[in-house]
Amino acid sequence: MSILIDTDTSVLVQGITGRIGSFHTREMLAYGTKVVGGVTPGKGGTRCEGLPVFDTMKTAVRETGATASIVFVPPPFAADSIMEAADAGIRTCIAITDGIPAQDMIRVKRYMRRYRKDERMRLIGPNCAGVISPGMSLVGIMPEHIYREGPVGIVGRSGTLGYEAAAQLTELGIGVSTSVGIGGDPINGSSFQDILELFEADRETAAVLMIGEIGGPQEAEAAAYIRDHMSKPVVAYIAGLTAPKGRRMGHAGAIISAFGESANEKVEILRAAGVLIAPSPARLGTAMAEALGTLVERTGT
Amino acid sequence: MDIHEYQAKELLADFGVPVPRGGLAYSPEQAAYRAREIGGTRWAVKAQVHSGGRGKGGGIRLCDDEHQVWDVADDLLGKRLVTAQTGARGKPIYRLYVEAATPYRREIYLGFVLDRKTERVMVVASSQGGMEIEEISAEKPESIIRVSVEPAVGMQSFQAREIAFTLGLGPELIAQAVETILGCYRAFRELDATMVEINPLVVTEEGRLLALDAKMTFDDNALFRRLNISELRDKSQEDPRESRAADRGLSYIGLEGTIGCIVNGAGLAMATMDMIKQAGGEPANFLDIGGGASPERVAKAFRLVLSDENVRAVLVNIFAGINRCDWVAEGVVQALRKVDVAVPVVVRLAGTNVDAGRAILEQSGLPVITAATLAEAADRVVAACQNGAAQHEEKALAP
Repeated sequence: MSILIDTDTSVLVQGITGRIGSFHTREMLAYGTKVVGGVTPGKGGTRCEGLPVFDTMKTAVRETGATASIVFVPPPFAADSIMEAADAGIRTCIAITDGIPAQDMIRVKRYMRRYRKDERMRLIGPNCAGVISPGMSLVGIMPEHIYREGPVGIVGRSGTLGYEAAAQLTELGIGVSTSVGIGGDPINGSSFQDILELFEADRETAAVLMIGEIGGPQEAEAAAYIRDHMSKPVVAYIAGLTAPKGRRMGHAGAIISAFGESANEKVEILRAAGVLIAPSPARLGTAMAEALGTLVERTGT
Repeated sequence: MDIHEYQAKELLADFGVPVPRGGLAYSPEQAAYRAREIGGTRWAVKAQVHSGGRGKGGGIRLCDDEHQVWDVADDLLGKRLVTAQTGARGKPIYRLYVEAATPYRREIYLGFVLDRKTERVMVVASSQGGMEIEEISAEKPESIIRVSVEPAVGMQSFQAREIAFTLGLGPELIAQAVETILGCYRAFRELDATMVEINPLVVTEEGRLLALDAKMTFDDNALFRRLNISELRDKSQEDPRESRAADRGLSYIGLEGTIGCIVNGAGLAMATMDMIKQAGGEPANFLDIGGGASPERVAKAFRLVLSDENVRAVLVNIFAGINRCDWVAEGVVQALRKVDVAVPVVVRLAGTNVDAGRAILEQSGLPVITAATLAEAADRVVAACQNGAAQHEEKALAP
């Protein structure tokens, strides 16, 4: 099937009446995503893209029964909107907004801990391209036509590099179960490991393509999880092998500081955990084809 | 965003952190006057540049009389200070901070960072002050104290007290230490900092705590609500290309190579640089023009990349989503007609409406080299760069 979203997932758009929010609502509806409404405080009772608009997430969830939301709210107010979603009972919240202050995200993560783990909302992002389960649902901003249905799960920090990966797979006739952008911010909702756990449990995902980058401890954590718990093959690429030490490369997250955070160190840690490393960003597709080939051979004999 | 030492000290003093008496000087005359104003018999004259390692780089000098202060100030002002962190070009010294030099008996390291692992503010302290934290963690890892702050309630007095006692401070210093540590935390929290560092925090001969140096870095994403902090920006300390880029909403980092890069998305931009390196070239910059690759942004990006005189070829790599390739291609064509581009340009477009985009480039009649894949683009730009370099040399030899 897929992870996080499928044909039945009903979605609210937070910030639906904004220029970007309404544009992507149209795109998602055209893809077949079950978008059921939106929230913009003060615009409750109006309609946008043919959908009802509500003032608060609580009313929106009560009236529509939505279980997922996507956030296009501008950075100063985005953290507040994410907490509102958590409080309204949303299960999966996908935050697209780029530029949320780091201390706001600390507060968001702390706030979400007031719910028991099994009741806690899953946050994807912020500063991400969203999630797509090809042929089923798009809750994000990616160009949907580069994805086809298939057995590969994609998880990555970067939006356009994720597109690059999907396009290379499609070129080779390989499809995607779900592609998840976890975002480039230093403090984000779901880590690589969180998403790998979902892919490991998903029957329709046969292998995972993981696209990391310099900075932060999440790739090393993922490596330990892959080594100890994952049965499915993982192919990884880490961007930033040529990045100079100590410089920020666009993503606030991409700062090299502690050990295990440079691209080379991450590659070594992942390789040691049994991950197949794509030797260059031009070979994300072929590396995955190889991994799948070995998989077919293994199950064939 | 980084600020100067004297600015960090002013901010921290407002939160109860003890700092030495000092004053700012823009000329030798002013520096000598400051020394007189502060009084005492010994002063530190400190170059205000955005960098660590100023002492080793010769940017901090001790003086015993006003004439020496004048001479040292005259020597430092207008120079570029090169430290282990600035790169070979160094950073210009336009401001000096003159401080009373206080004799001390102990140095302590005190830092506050945003810890990505725990996703909380982390206090890092060590009894080995004066060294860089990287050196301390390499040489004396056991001396490092780490305390994580619960975000819901903030830092508590007992946590500051534990740090103070673990540092081995005597009972007479504990109250001061607690006030200093909590003050730094409050400054971090209330000003949206991402880093506060006092190194060293000293115990003076008279038995007082004093922050001899201070560094603060702020979250760029939070500057919209910290106007008093954004006012402290000093463009003279930034790479001029990077500040111009930042003012235009582009994310640019200048590097040493010869191939200019124009890419949308930070991850793809880093991957493109990796590809260039693998193909045998050296990237001249990192440049993320953001999700929206509008014609104006592409034109601005070209101007920026070409302002680096080391650039011998340019690679444009755009993966178009919502911004269709035909629109991006129009942007590239417009930019090339407006901006005088004397070096070969390789364009790789992918994504929505890619065929229409390539057709626009081909029909433009402009000498653009197109590429279909990332690998092809890297190979072609490296080849173009080498040809360009050869021609450049010929031209240089011709007259």
